[in-house]
Amino acid sequence: MPEPVGPSLAVPASPVAVSVPAVRRVPRIDRREIAAIFAGGALGTLARAALAEGFPHSATAWPWPTFAVNVAAAFLLGYFVTRLQERLPLSAYRRPLLGTGLCGGLSTFSTMQVEVLKMISAGAWGLAVCYAAASIAAGYAAIYVATALVRRVRVRR
Amino acid sequence: MNVLVWAAAALIGGAGSVTRFYLDGVVSSASGRDFPLGTMAVNVSGAVLLGLITGLAVGSTTALLAGTAAVGSYTTFSTWMLETQRLAEERQARKVWLNVAASLVLGVLAAWLGRTIGTQL
Repeated sequence: MPEPVGPSLAVPASPVAVSVPAVRRVPRIDRREIAAIFAGGALGTLARAALAEGFPHSATAWPWPTFAVNVAAAFLLGYFVTRLQERLPLSAYRRPLLGTGLCGGLSTFSTMQVEVLKMISAGAWGLAVCYAAASIAAGYAAIYVATALVRRVRVRR
Repeated sequence: MNVLVWAAAALIGGAGSVTRFYLDGVVSSASGRDFPLGTMAVNVSGAVLLGLITGLAVGSTTALLAGTAAVGSYTTFSTWMLETQRLAEERQARKVWLNVAASLVLGVLAAWLGRTIGTQL
């Protein structure tokens, strides 16, 4: 366990570092956790950037690259998080690598918002509403389906 | 686009993800975990930044590195949806709609604000 080198508000490491404060969890810096997030985020970003560069589109066309990565990342995150929380033994680095890193880096909120803004600016209000609604509906459904798929499989002991 | 640009995009994407994790942790620990305010703070601030980059009308390589890689990886759609679905599982209907509507409205407003500032500069 590396020394916590968090900001000044970090809880000082007690000699009996067993109890975790349940209510206020102050973020602590764990180098291996950070490395896992970095690696996953780099990979997710590369995949998303390659799609965005490979399939450019006009402001009033359906943004397929963003739509696809967002829905795919939502499905993967729902799968990973449910499986890691409810099916697999506790692991310190899988969720940072696969969830926070890979899925977080693969999906993007800001690009979607700027795309909606560009549609509105171009007067394509209908498209903007449809794109936002479809992204949210599909992203939500992806999480729901992935979660249900994991839970359908019985826990083997 | 050469190999160097793609390598930079990957590294910047890793850094953006770590920044998101850290800021989400700071906001969530300050606001409590009843409502996913950390993700909203990350996403809305990222929307301002990407709006700003859009308004500045930068070159394609800069747009890829600063926009797609840095701000794109900093913000997240998947966690926003996961937290929304988990709130729905807990039958927190009001929080579900608030999380969806507030993120969307604030996100577009933030992108507009950033772009407006960017075009003025």
